[in-house]
Amino acid sequence: MEIKKITVIGGQGKDGSKEKVNRFELNMGDIVSIVGPTGCGKTTLINDIELFANRNTPSGRQILINNEPVPDDFSFDPSKHPIAMISQHTNFLSDLPVGEFLTIHAKVRGTSDVEKVVDETIQFANQLTGEAINKETAMTELSGGQTRSLLIADAVVIGNSPIILLDEIENAGIHKTKALELLKRYEKIFVFVTHDPTIALLSDSRIIMQNGAMQKLVVSNPEERIVADELKKIDNVLLHFRGLIRAGEEINQHQLEQLAI
Amino acid sequence: MKLIIFAGPPTCGKTTVIRQVIKRMIARNLKPSFVKIDVLYADEDETINKEFGIPTKKIYSGELCPDHCNVVVLDEVVEWAEKAGSDFLFVETAGLCLRCSPYVENSLGVVVLEATSGMNLPRKIGPMLTLADISVITKIDLISQAEREVFRYRVLESAKDITVVESNALYGIGIDPIVKQILKTPDIEFPMYLRGNPPVGTCTICVGKKEIGAKNHFGVLRTMNEELFYVGE
Ligand SMILES: Nc1ncnc2c1ncn2[C@@H]1O[C@H](COP(=O)(O)OP(=O)(O)OP(=O)(O)O)[C@@H](O)[C@H]1O
Ligand SMILES: Nc1nc2c(ncn2[C@@H]2O[C@H](COP(=O)(O)OP(=O)(O)O)[C@@H](O)[C@H]2O)c(=O)[nH]1
Ligand SMILES: [Mg+2]
Ligand SMILES: [Mg+2]
Ligand SMILES: [Zn+2]
Ligand SMILES: [Zn+2]
Repeated sequence: MEIKKITVIGGQGKDGSKEKVNRFELNMGDIVSIVGPTGCGKTTLINDIELFANRNTPSGRQILINNEPVPDDFSFDPSKHPIAMISQHTNFLSDLPVGEFLTIHAKVRGTSDVEKVVDETIQFANQLTGEAINKETAMTELSGGQTRSLLIADAVVIGNSPIILLDEIENAGIHKTKALELLKRYEKIFVFVTHDPTIALLSDSRIIMQNGAMQKLVVSNPEERIVADELKKIDNVLLHFRGLIRAGEEINQHQLEQLAI
Repeated sequence: MKLIIFAGPPTCGKTTVIRQVIKRMIARNLKPSFVKIDVLYADEDETINKEFGIPTKKIYSGELCPDHCNVVVLDEVVEWAEKAGSDFLFVETAGLCLRCSPYVENSLGVVVLEATSGMNLPRKIGPMLTLADISVITKIDLISQAEREVFRYRVLESAKDITVVESNALYGIGIDPIVKQILKTPDIEFPMYLRGNPPVGTCTICVGKKEIGAKNHFGVLRTMNEELFYVGE
């Protein structure tokens, strides 16, 4: 089945009252953020999407694919699962070297040029991390940020999943605006759960959550794009200083003035 | 009556899966019973009896490997369950020696593997996996989609005709396909025979006698209720 669009139909919040946003649609190429305070139900919402909830989860939400509900006993061929979720807690547990793991995964996914795709995946991941990942590294030796970077790269390049859900990737210390920039080159649905204003404003739209319920859907306007670009500069300043500090340099005011935000 | 034998390394989730399955059997007004075969300690019989009020039993294998124990007592266990009026008998074994396998012809063999156990596990457990009908992969909630796919590949590489079911057993996700297979299992027939060829060894089971029941074997044996005894010269 080719996925062209998914629809989220609202259910109820934690207190049982109906969600204010009762419907929103995601089309291929859309990037949406989910924002709200800790514990407001962001992860729960993307879990509903991942499970193709059919009014059978605590929130009562329903997910439609191409306008149709997904039957309860419907199961995808696991090697063609259309959704990849990069969760808040996922770590690799497998005792294989990165290269071997990715090679098997690429084969499972029926990739024709396995070696090329594996290299592309590692390259993608390495644009997001500090220390480079190489093929010989054991998966379990990767740091949190390296793990998250490789998971994203694997989902996009090898998995080639049409829908990718990312839960608070900014917390893993990866290069988040770079990630967004790379991801935008792929025609997929991206859903970011985020506490980060830059990611939220660089998305096409954002869902505001509170008390387990979707309260509001805001479509980014052109002025917000300008603000987002300014915020990106601030982020880059922070990244610049992070780089200097990591390199062991001493910091002075002059360096800040030079960057002139 | 249908016989369903669950094997798998300790803490892989056998009991959790069985409880989810039993819950669904009872909801369909079916009559399951449950037996746990373990080396030294088990309390699943009590917890399952308390939770579902169905007939349960535990058997300590002591010096015998649990799968050997299974071979010599299973005929009596099946009779016990039939007398209790069950139409499905669930056997959970600890399956520790990894050379034997507990599955019987005309039963459903289910091996439970946890997704968190590392990519080499499917290559290490031999006939417990290769002779099973279904492989249930538990704890998929704890690993990434990519690792799930690779783990599944490793299972199929060792047992290419096996049915793979992925489950988050805590939340009952992926249990329905197991129930479907159980309902399709043929009734058990006497005499029962062990599936596959036992490993080379010195006891009657190890040298290839596949008939189930202590009366068919020599050497150090036991019955369902009796502790070890010796038959032979
Ligand atoms: N619509 C709902 N109905 C019932 N319970 C809900 C609903 N939405 C969320 N919850 C419950 O609220 C709790 C917190 O939700 P969740 O983990 O999704 O928050 P979060 O926004 O991801 O938080 P954080 O920012 O800390 O990751 C969970 O126990 C979840 O089951
Ligand atoms: N997260 C998670 N935990 C599980 C799952 N299945 C079982 N467990 C946990 O694993 C532990 C061992 O499970 P148990 O069924 O007793 O294993 P057994 O020794 O094979 O019978 C328990 O704490 C279960 O709650 C699963 O799918 N996901
Ligand atoms: Mg969360
Ligand atoms: Mg158990
Ligand atoms: Zn043995
Ligand atoms: Zn033996």
